[in-house]
This record gives sequence, C-alpha cells and structure tokens, in this order.
Amino acid sequence: MSMLSIKDLHAEVDGKPILKGIDLEINPGEVHAIMGPNGSGKSTLSQVLAGREGFEVTRGEVRFGGEDLLDMDIDERALAGLMLAFQYPVEIPGVKNVYLLKAAYNALREKRGEPEVDAFEFLQLVREKLRIMDMDESFLHRGVNEGFSGGEKKRNEILQMLIMEPRLAILDETDSGLDIDALKVVSDGVNSLRAEDRSIVMVTHYQRLLNYIEPDFVHVLSDGRIIKSGDKSLALELEERGYQWVLEEAAA
Amino acid sequence: MATNQEEMEQLVEREYKHGFVTDIEEDTLPPGLNEDIVREISRRKEEPEFMLEWRLQAFRQWQEMTEPTWAHVSHPPIDFQSISYYSAPKSPEQLKEEAPESLDEVDPKLLETYERLGIPLHEQEKLAGVAVDAVFDSVSVATTYKDRLAEQGIIFCSFSEAVHDHPELVKRYLGTVVPPADNFFAALNSAVFSDGSFVYIPKGVKCPMELSTYFRINAANTGQFERTLIVAEEGASVSYLEGCTAPMRKENQLHAAVVELVALDDAEIKYSTVQNWYPGNDIGEGGVYNFVTKRGECRGDRSKITWTQVETGSAITWKYPSCVLRGNDSRGEFYSVAVGNNYQQIDSGTKMIHLGKNTHSTIISKGISAGHAENAYRGLVRVEKGAEGARNFTQCDSLLMGDQCGAHTFPYMEVKNPTAKVEHEATTSKVGEDQIFYCQQRGISEEDAVNMIVNGFCKEVFGELPMEFAVEAQALLEISLEGSVG
Ligand SMILES: Nc1ncnc2c1ncn2[C@@H]1O[C@H](COP(=O)(O)OP(=O)(O)O)[C@@H](O)[C@H]1O
Ligand SMILES: [Mg+2]
Repeated sequence: MSMLSIKDLHAEVDGKPILKGIDLEINPGEVHAIMGPNGSGKSTLSQVLAGREGFEVTRGEVRFGGEDLLDMDIDERALAGLMLAFQYPVEIPGVKNVYLLKAAYNALREKRGEPEVDAFEFLQLVREKLRIMDMDESFLHRGVNEGFSGGEKKRNEILQMLIMEPRLAILDETDSGLDIDALKVVSDGVNSLRAEDRSIVMVTHYQRLLNYIEPDFVHVLSDGRIIKSGDKSLALELEERGYQWVLEEAAA
Repeated sequence: MATNQEEMEQLVEREYKHGFVTDIEEDTLPPGLNEDIVREISRRKEEPEFMLEWRLQAFRQWQEMTEPTWAHVSHPPIDFQSISYYSAPKSPEQLKEEAPESLDEVDPKLLETYERLGIPLHEQEKLAGVAVDAVFDSVSVATTYKDRLAEQGIIFCSFSEAVHDHPELVKRYLGTVVPPADNFFAALNSAVFSDGSFVYIPKGVKCPMELSTYFRINAANTGQFERTLIVAEEGASVSYLEGCTAPMRKENQLHAAVVELVALDDAEIKYSTVQNWYPGNDIGEGGVYNFVTKRGECRGDRSKITWTQVETGSAITWKYPSCVLRGNDSRGEFYSVAVGNNYQQIDSGTKMIHLGKNTHSTIISKGISAGHAENAYRGLVRVEKGAEGARNFTQCDSLLMGDQCGAHTFPYMEVKNPTAKVEHEATTSKVGEDQIFYCQQRGISEEDAVNMIVNGFCKEVFGELPMEFAVEAQALLEISLEGSVG
C-alpha cells in the first residue's frame, strides 16, 4: 500500500491559488526529492500536508497510509507519523528544547497506549541522538530554537525526527544555510532514518543535498504543478542546465 | 551531568498537586460602616484599647479621603455602606442549617474548575460550602508547627492572636511601613481589618520551613480586609507563601488587604503570592475587586525583600507590592506574572524607592492578556538624593492572545541622584500561530502547546517560586487561559 497518495491537490492562500493540481504517489521505503524554482509552491505543499491553517484545500484528496489525511488535525497527523522539518523553525522563548522533545515523545507514547517515558531512559535516548547530530548537550537546556544559528536550527529539526521516528519525513529546504560540515552531519542524520517502512520527501532548491541523500525519484514543481518527474539523474541535469528548459518543455 | 539528570526528572515528574483551601461559612455583621461598627469589630475581637484607638483614628482619616481614580480600570462606584465589615466562622451547627443542600445548588462551573484542579468530589463539597466540617488550612498549619517554630523564637500566628499575645511587637511595627492614611484602601483596611497573619523572626534565625497562608473570601457582600505583618530582625530570614481563592458569585466582592514587611540589618524576606480570587464569569459578571497595599521596607543595611506574585484571579486588580530601600546596600526584587482573561482588568506593578546608598532593585514583570482583558503594568522607580550608586533594572514583557485584549505599560522614573543607573526594557509579543503550529506538528495538542508557550514566557518568574507553588501557578495559568486560543 502506498504511504502517501496525492490526487489533483489544489490549495490557495488568501484566495490566491498556489497549488494547482498535484499528483504524487510515495511508497514505503522511497526517497523523493521535490525541486523547483523559488515561489513554485514547495513550502506550500509541505504546509498543506502538515495541516497548517490558512492554506485552504479547494480540490483533490490526500491519503496517508490509506487514511484521509485532510480530515485529520495537525497533531493527529504528526502522531500518525507525518513529520515536517521546517524551512524556518520558529523560536519559542523560555521553553526548553528538552521539554518540547519530551512532550512530543510522550504524546506519541500516549497515542500508542504506553506510559510516560522514564526520565533516565529518555535522557539516554536523547544523548544518543545528539551524538548523531553532533550537537552539544547544552542545546537541550536552551529555549526551543532561541538564538540558534540557521545551521543549529536545521540540526535541531533532524534531532526531533530521530527521536520521533516518523513514517513519513518531509524536509523543507533542510540544506539551506548549512556549511559543508553541517550538511554532512544533517545528511548522515537523515540517511540513518532510511528504512523499508519509512518514506522521505526532500524539498530543495539545489541539488547539493542530493549528493548526500540519494533520492529514488525527483520531481520538478513549477507554478503549483509537478511538471516533470524522473530519477536522480534529473537532479543532476537540473544542476547543469537550470530550470528553464524544463519550464519550456512543459509549456510546449 | 547530575544537574541535568535532576532537571530532567523534575520535568518528567511534574504532576499537578494542588493543596487547596477549604471553605467555611461566616457569621456576618449587618452592612454599613460607621464608628459603631469599628467599635463592634474591636469589641468582638476583644482587642486591647490601643488597637481600638488605632482603628478609630484610621477610620476618621478614611472618612476624609476619596477613592483613587488614576488606575487604568473601570467599575461602577462601590457603595461602602452596602458591604458588611465583619464575619467570623460559624459553628458547625449553625452551618448545617444554612448550607446548600446538595452539589446541584452549586454553580456547575465552579465544580468543573475544581475537577480540573484534580480535587475529588467530597473535597469539592467542602470548597463549595456544602459540607460543613471544614477548617482553614492556615490555622492548622500555624498550630501544627507552632511549637517547633517557637523553640527558635519564631512567632507565626493569626493577627488577632498577635494583638493579644504580643501587643508590644504589634505596637512597635504595625503601620510603620504602610501608615493608616497611606491611601484610601489602606485606611479602610486599618479601620476594619478582620484578621491576617503575623510573623516574627528573631535576630539571627533562619526560619526552617516555608510559612504559608491560604486566604479565602466566603460570604457574599462581605469585604475581606486582612492584614499581614512580617518582621525579620537582624540576620533573620523567612520565605512566606500566600494563596487565595474565592467562590464564584454574581456580585462583586471587595478585598482590601494590607501587607507590611520589615527587614532589619542583613535580614531577608521572600514573599510569594499565588492570587486566584474569582475573576468573574466570561461575560464580566461578578468577581473580586482586589485593592491591595503591599509594601516592604528594607530598614536595615544589606537587607533584602523579594516579592513574587502570580496573579490569575480577580475582576479588578490594583496592586503594587513595593520596596522601600532604606538601608545601605539593600536589595528589592519584584517578579510578577499577571494574567487577564475575559473581562478582567489589571493595574499592577511595583514601586522601588531607593533611599540608602548602593541600593539595587530588579523588576521582572510578565503580563498576559487574553479575551477582552486589560492589563497594565505601572511601575515607579524613585531614586532619592542620598541614594548614591543606586541601580535598577526593569524588564516588562507583555504577551497578547487574540486581538481584543490590551496591554499597557506605565513606567515612572524619578531620579534625583546623578550616580544612579536605571534601565528599562519592554517587549510586547503575541502567542504566534506559527509557534502553536510548530508544537502541534510535533504531536502536541493545541491546548498543551499554548500552555507550554505561556509557561516559557513566565519562566523567569516561576523560577523564583518554591517548587510546589510553581506547579500550582502553572496549573492556575492553564485554567485561566483555557479556551482563549482557537
Ligand atoms: N502565507 C502566504 N500568504 C500569501 N501568499 C503566500 C503565502 N505563503 C506562500 N505564498 C505564496 O505562494 C507561492 C509559493 O510559495 P512557497 O510555497 O513558499 O514556494 P517555495 O517554497 O517553492 O519557494 C509564492 O508566490 C508565495 O508568495
Ligand atoms: Mg520554500
């Protein structure tokens, strides 16, 4: 059964149509890259899937693990295993990072009918994941994303994913603002998530990230539609030749 | 690493524990205020002559005064002749006759609130004034540890007891920080105060436990006028906690308390309040008018007074816990969270009066407004001529939930000494939809997300509260903001 099935998805913001008919099938174990010029609707797609208010779906359907995704609340989607690494993670001053992590983790356990996590066990788990992300333990005690550099924020997003272990991980421009070393760490983190029963969607503008995380499929989004799909060679071609030729081809 | 572990455990183990107060019905004097009433109050309390004289003088001064109008609040005029000025607990026999017969007669919202506070139903009965075998927690606390405290010379008793058993101490300190004619409500309180707490920590003694009192307004149409006096002698220290609740009633209730703190050389007083007087219902009916004068004097050198308050209740709050920094090198601190929802009006803040040399004060104020609430911070920092090297730091943050509420900041600074350094920082922010979305995307419910964000905003203040109180404060915050987003 497919992990995510998007059919003819239309969505608008403030009455302005942004997604104009998206079709996409993602199976368990697959890694998909969604590429496209700025403003083509990549973040909008991610936000619509996550259930953000203000993005109105006007047509189409989305099924997640066979269930009607659009019918689920934001937190329900998250607990069902759809998780989004934000392009711009927000700061929540005064709320310790570890507190958010623990609240999220316990919400997941509650949903599974498990008791709250033991403090010691949780700390062990978090430490292990921190090591993978090459993050210092002091991050746990800072406010959520408060005063984090761009790269630190992105690492923090992946850290949360390593702990929540979603079935479908959507990464929105996780590579932007990262230097090479950080890109390597973040990619290692994401690669450690690859599994037969898990799917990954990488939204990115550049093909750089795809050198580290190899996609099975690449899609080009333009003006709210997927105008071309292919395998990873498409990403390379895009890097070499830019987006223009795809746009022209689609227009023809 | 151990610290992290502990911290983690605190986070994980954080569960709601609510030491709640029990209710008791009152035997009440007929409404109205005149000299005879003042005499009657004093007579019923069997007070010594000096106390009656003190009250009468305050009453005469009060008659000359008018109600202040400068606060950023509005309410219909209070008819001081329609309020009753004395109530005493009734005997269980009397109570049985008059109490509501079943829980059905109690406002269901009240029951719901207690349920949310995790208080079992038979407890709710007590709280709602249904059951009759209740006692005041404050009395039992005082008596439980009285002997242990007395061994160290500590006095912790009701104000009435203090008037009888320690008249010389009461005479020496009463009204020395808040004189009877200080303001309209303080004068009223001085004339008719019913009871309150008295704490005396002798020279060099560190009070071995936190002292706490719960206040509760009971009968309708009854003003509550308690008076608290805390004295810490040279080198003494004490941490005092005050909790307040009130039943829900359609009519407004007046609460005009006075708290005086005196810290002598090297003494330290920490005064924490979680104020949860009934705020009125969601359309602005009922609730407590909370007009309180709280002031501490750092009378001695190197003394320190800390006010920490979490204000979630009352229809109107008019409250400025203040520090008079008279002693050289003395410290005054004010940490406050004031939450307004629905139609609550809050005009609160602090005054830091620097008189001594090298006196330092810190003000951290967090105002949260939701619904149609109006929340004003009003703070005065005054540095007098002789206060060489005085320092103040003020940080005043407002958090808005929704767009019907208001936040206002009125900082006043009067600096008469050129060596003083006074800093003021203010921010206003909104609970962001994007913050809530972010938390929800991590599987956290909207309600929990809001609580988390608000708690984060209040962290610096909660950190000043004793652990159990901090938990209580958090729970109260959650309840008072319930339903204010989404
Ligand atoms: N909240 C919003 N309000 C109005 N327009 C928006 C909003 N978010 C995105 N858009 C518009 O939608 C289009 C797609 O944006 P976005 O999804 O962020 O693109 P991408 O992530 O591919 O760069 C852009 O034209 C952008 O201006
Ligand atoms: Mg984007």
